[in-house]
Amino acid sequence: MRRLLLVAALALAGFPPPAAAEAAPRLEAPHYDFDRATIRKGAELFAQRCFACHSVAHIRYQRLETDLGMPLGTLEDDIMLPSDARIHQGMVSAMRPQDAAKWFGVAPPDLTLEARYRGIDWIYTYLKSFYRDPKRPTGFNNHVFKNVAMPDVLEPLQGILAADGRVIKKGSVSPQQFDRDAADITAWLQYTSDPSKLEREALGPWVIGFLAVFTLLAYALKRVVWRRVHRGASQAGS
Amino acid sequence: MSRVLAWIDRRFPLSRLIRESMTEYYAPKNFNFWYFFGSLALLVFAMQVITGIFLLAHYQPSASKAFDSIQTIMYDVKWGWLIRYLHTTGASFFFIVIYLHMLRGYLYGSYRKPRELLWIVGFVIYVCLMAEAYFGYVLPFGNMSYWGGEVITSIVGAIPYAGSWLASLARGGFGIGTATLNRFMAFHAVLVPALLGLLVVAHVLALHETGSNNPDGIEIREHLGPDGKPLDGIPFHPYYTVKDIMGVGVFLIALSLVVFYAPTVHGLFIETYNYIPANPLQTPPDVTPAWYLAPYYAMLRAIPDKKLGILVLFLAIAAPFFLPWLDRNPRAKSIRYRPVYLAMVVVLVACLLVLGWIGMQPASPALLPPARIGLALYFLFFASLPFVSRIEPTRPVPDRLRM
Repeated sequence: MRRLLLVAALALAGFPPPAAAEAAPRLEAPHYDFDRATIRKGAELFAQRCFACHSVAHIRYQRLETDLGMPLGTLEDDIMLPSDARIHQGMVSAMRPQDAAKWFGVAPPDLTLEARYRGIDWIYTYLKSFYRDPKRPTGFNNHVFKNVAMPDVLEPLQGILAADGRVIKKGSVSPQQFDRDAADITAWLQYTSDPSKLEREALGPWVIGFLAVFTLLAYALKRVVWRRVHRGASQAGS
Repeated sequence: MSRVLAWIDRRFPLSRLIRESMTEYYAPKNFNFWYFFGSLALLVFAMQVITGIFLLAHYQPSASKAFDSIQTIMYDVKWGWLIRYLHTTGASFFFIVIYLHMLRGYLYGSYRKPRELLWIVGFVIYVCLMAEAYFGYVLPFGNMSYWGGEVITSIVGAIPYAGSWLASLARGGFGIGTATLNRFMAFHAVLVPALLGLLVVAHVLALHETGSNNPDGIEIREHLGPDGKPLDGIPFHPYYTVKDIMGVGVFLIALSLVVFYAPTVHGLFIETYNYIPANPLQTPPDVTPAWYLAPYYAMLRAIPDKKLGILVLFLAIAAPFFLPWLDRNPRAKSIRYRPVYLAMVVVLVACLLVLGWIGMQPASPALLPPARIGLALYFLFFASLPFVSRIEPTRPVPDRLRM
């Protein structure tokens, strides 16, 4: 009974049953420098294309200024889109989850930790894998995430592709630029999944450098103290 | 200064403790690489307690808040990421250090008479550590936490007659929820660490009673100088304190490399599936344990029958307990003089590594035969040791230590 309930619940929630993990397409690794400029560009694209539905609630707006060096004006005009947003608040989408669930069948998930959970290759490939599918309510399907409820929000940039990759309608940017855009969004989501990366990788060399000096001094001290033991051993041996 | 010390010494054995456990505790002078891990285990224990206290200041043990409180630590608490990564990395490093420490015991026969109790106390520490790690693993209440909690408490449920009652006692209800988190936090933050602290004291007391073994497996106390001190012994302080401090430096560099550059170690130290909140309706594709328990999990899965599998699991965990009485070589303890025993230990370690790898893979029929071979060889080590150790070829053991 419990199993039946579980399957029913999964079906309702729009999750594919675990066993249905059919031949997944090969995931493509994005190429980007994980630096503040890339992440900022990704944040702006995210705000324009994704933020209407998806939250990144653990990231407070303030962080974009303090962590990423985004000018306050840009932050207020381009990122803080919900009308009542305050700088110290988390980036919560303006769309109410209960409305979203009604409109899309499933509430769009919070994406803060998506890159941790799915991996950056998955996100990048997913963003690039939408194709025209008249059978779906949105008119689009996805090679990486079968029968996804999400519409192809990047379609104006990428254009419309057929299932076999054929271009049905050209997008507003070149395919190369679109790859860069998708990579920037991926970089942003990598940042939201673990903002400490910027801080810890900057701090790492100092900590390890300090420890290296400490260890060398400890080694020198050990050599001095142990000299007596080694001398004693060679005397006993001779 | 000396007057203060005298005042204290009249009321508390401070100087005597320092003398007996540091400046006049004579340790064999030929400790090698393998002897760093005892003091390092103590260091990690201290680090886990300290980082744990900081985490406890922000963690909320309830089903609806636990996951978000961990994220609050990661996103909003100043240096929260450092504290949490130190704690998660520390957990894995604790096991690395303890496994190397135990392997040292195997290599040099440190469990042999008169150190049986020392070995057993250490073994109990290891079992407590597994419990500690398990309770801690459930607390963040990600989806792996949830299903890991479910799987292990269902092992309790397999106990005949009282099983289902015990399982709901362990969970605090029929499923894993707030009650489970509350009791697991009590165990993880109070009960088990307190036990560990006491056991560590007992372990060190037993060590100082028998004296340390060494890579030659010879008793240095059997060769005393005219002053009554072991000829091959040197005072723990300053010799081994300075040496251990050097080990601490190398250890902290390794720890920092993980904490600052690869804190999840590709899902090995922090599982990917623990980054979605606990969800009773969504089983992760493969519920596999953390790497340090993976060999046991592979053994459990290698047995088709659930109850028999759990029995084998407990036997596998308990087997090293009996090691002092299984090894019966009358002439030597250390692998330096026992080539056959050395080969057996190498096979044992290889088995555990392979089983560990299998335990982290999705369940698959193709992996059953190697898992069963590994399981058989694991038990063969313990089953054959009483016989092999009595007849194995033994090289002549010298009287005195080799540097």
